[in-house]
Amino acid sequence: MSRVAYINARLLDPASGLDSPGTLLSDGELISDFGPELFKDGVPDGITVIDCQGFCLMPGLVDMRVQLREPGHEYKGTLESAGRAASAGGVTSLVCLPNTNPVIDDMSVLEFVARRARKLGLAKVHSYGAVTKGLEGKELAEIGLLADSGALAFTDGIKSVNDARIMGRALSYASNFGQMIIQHAEEPSLTQGGVMNSGETATRLGLSGIPRQAEIIMVERDIRLSEMTGGRLHFAHLSTSDAIDVVRKAKARGLNITCDTAPPYFSLSEIAVGDYRTFAKLSPPLRADSDRLAVIEGLKDGTIDTIASDHAPHDEDSKRLPFAKAAFGGVGLETLLAVTLELFHNNHLDLLPTLKLITSAPADLLGLDAGRLKKGAPADLTLVDINRGWKVVADAMQSISKNSPFDGRPVQGMVLRTIVDGRTVFQLGA
Amino acid sequence: MSEIALDQTGFPHSHLLGIEGLTSDVISLLLDRAESFVEHNRQVDNTLSSLSGRTIVNLFFEDSTRTRTSFELAAKQLGGNVINMSVATSSVKKGETLIDTAMTLNAMHPDVLVVRHNDSGAVKLLSEKVNCAVINAGDGRHEHPTQALLDALTIRRRKGCISGLLVAICGDIAHSRVARSNIHLLNAMGAQVRLIAPKTLIPSGIANMGVEVFNNMEEGLQDCDIVMMLRLQSERMGSGFFPSIREYFHFFGLDYEKLANAKDDALIMHPGPMNRGVEIASEVADDLGRSAIREQVEMGVAVRMACLELLTANSPKGNGS
Repeated sequence: MSRVAYINARLLDPASGLDSPGTLLSDGELISDFGPELFKDGVPDGITVIDCQGFCLMPGLVDMRVQLREPGHEYKGTLESAGRAASAGGVTSLVCLPNTNPVIDDMSVLEFVARRARKLGLAKVHSYGAVTKGLEGKELAEIGLLADSGALAFTDGIKSVNDARIMGRALSYASNFGQMIIQHAEEPSLTQGGVMNSGETATRLGLSGIPRQAEIIMVERDIRLSEMTGGRLHFAHLSTSDAIDVVRKAKARGLNITCDTAPPYFSLSEIAVGDYRTFAKLSPPLRADSDRLAVIEGLKDGTIDTIASDHAPHDEDSKRLPFAKAAFGGVGLETLLAVTLELFHNNHLDLLPTLKLITSAPADLLGLDAGRLKKGAPADLTLVDINRGWKVVADAMQSISKNSPFDGRPVQGMVLRTIVDGRTVFQLGA
Repeated sequence: MSEIALDQTGFPHSHLLGIEGLTSDVISLLLDRAESFVEHNRQVDNTLSSLSGRTIVNLFFEDSTRTRTSFELAAKQLGGNVINMSVATSSVKKGETLIDTAMTLNAMHPDVLVVRHNDSGAVKLLSEKVNCAVINAGDGRHEHPTQALLDALTIRRRKGCISGLLVAICGDIAHSRVARSNIHLLNAMGAQVRLIAPKTLIPSGIANMGVEVFNNMEEGLQDCDIVMMLRLQSERMGSGFFPSIREYFHFFGLDYEKLANAKDDALIMHPGPMNRGVEIASEVADDLGRSAIREQVEMGVAVRMACLELLTANSPKGNGS
């Protein structure tokens, strides 16, 4: 097998706290060795050398919330398009939501996605299984069989599991198999018809509001259900200060509850909707600036466990519409690293804790052998210039759909190379 | 055909999408120009020529009789060609998107598009895709600028000025574009604005838009100079905003008893069409001494003439060709 030495690297491993100049050696698909002393006296013959020029070599990103549009909506995105976007964004493992068509509520669909992704050989694609059949919120999907086939956790994707009794049973039943339920927390009767955060901006624009209480109420309810059933619960993309506070208190009570957020919720607020910018129409909606600051606080004090891109590709025809009719969601794979690094560049978090939120933290949460530099682990790596500034240009993205809420934003932190199983799958400018 | 001389100062925007952002000077410019048309329109031979050779397209995605007719008459009074497009007869029904419709119409080189749409922001979206001037004739619950201008002209003619007046806007604020445009305009012109409605019809955060909110008609109407009633849309019934029309009228319908709280010479206004016995008692609506409802309709034509003329004055004929 081929051996590659990545020399002159700044080795970063958020899980172990390593931040040191050094070399990493991969042997075939695996990391064989790394450290400051490795090949100090030169790389032996027969090993391919890649000079990292002092840039950061770190574990590839693990993105735990990505919507694939294949199968079912290939005009919005395909596995290949998501794979290329992921590679360009330094993401080497991603987990897709089951809201494909057909829905991932059946082993055959799960296996279809896994097989197609393996064939492409870009970022590794894992899947969540549906909590309920057809994501309809009525009958439980085959959680046990799906888990056996590799589903990492269970969620109804962009929909809440609404019925409290079904949610309770899902939590309870999934715990038989050691499986976690991931909830998109929004009380549907309160979000009905709403298109942006409720408040003065929505009123001014004449748009129907989604009250923040929709999120808070569902988080409060589900924590009670998790307590009742002992089921393992995780909340996706929390956006309000109150919901984060509810989770903070539940954790303080010793409950095993976790949550994540997405870059828009700590870097943008409802102001981004401006004059009906549909690229800023997200679910949950962008909130007040005080919520944005509370999300940062939640990341700093550990209430929020991970950051996921919440990648939601939509074609132009779904976004070039009056605001109320436009689709919810934005692409995020290619901006996950740079926008997350704002936490570091703005002095909210140190570098390694920032990177941990998008590497080992989600990997550990989902039980993936990824997200860390470890001898014998897959050589899933990314080489990053954490200081290089660039401007997000949606039209230049790899993703088929260009609906980025960050279009035009100046950011810092550029992916130079992405490596999956020891193979370079992306190289800047190549 | 004749001309009424136009001042040197023109309208400083290429579209009229809303009142928000217009300065009091610009609002006054529109009102002054409209004022000059009022007397003229009352004469027998009243056709002018400032829109001669111009094409105005009325594009209504939502049903409307009075606004569309008012724009049509306004354009014809100024000698313009008017084309009415309603959704029922257009390709929108066949699935064409808003932007495709805009591009198609744009290729025909109209001078002004007058657009009504049931989605907030839709008229702005359309205006970004065309070369001609666009007038918002109502978008969702966002704005209805010509309604606010005609209300202002009516008030100014009856009360002499707008500044310093106490104006109550009553009823379904939550779903009303008329309320929003009026709030912006009245604030810009220095009036004091009150909103009166049950809490379920007061949208979140509106108190930050420079208004005082009341949930009781008797209190809210106290000492008001102007009482603006809003139409209660029947489709709101059964959505849990209030329990019944009977109860709504009892607490929030305008009758003489509640009106007694306002100033003796308070002016009653309504954008129409009215729901008699729902938001307003018939006897109040028909009280010629108090109600300015018919005058509002007349002012509508004058205001729309001013808007059409000032917007076309900014662009050469055959714009976009």
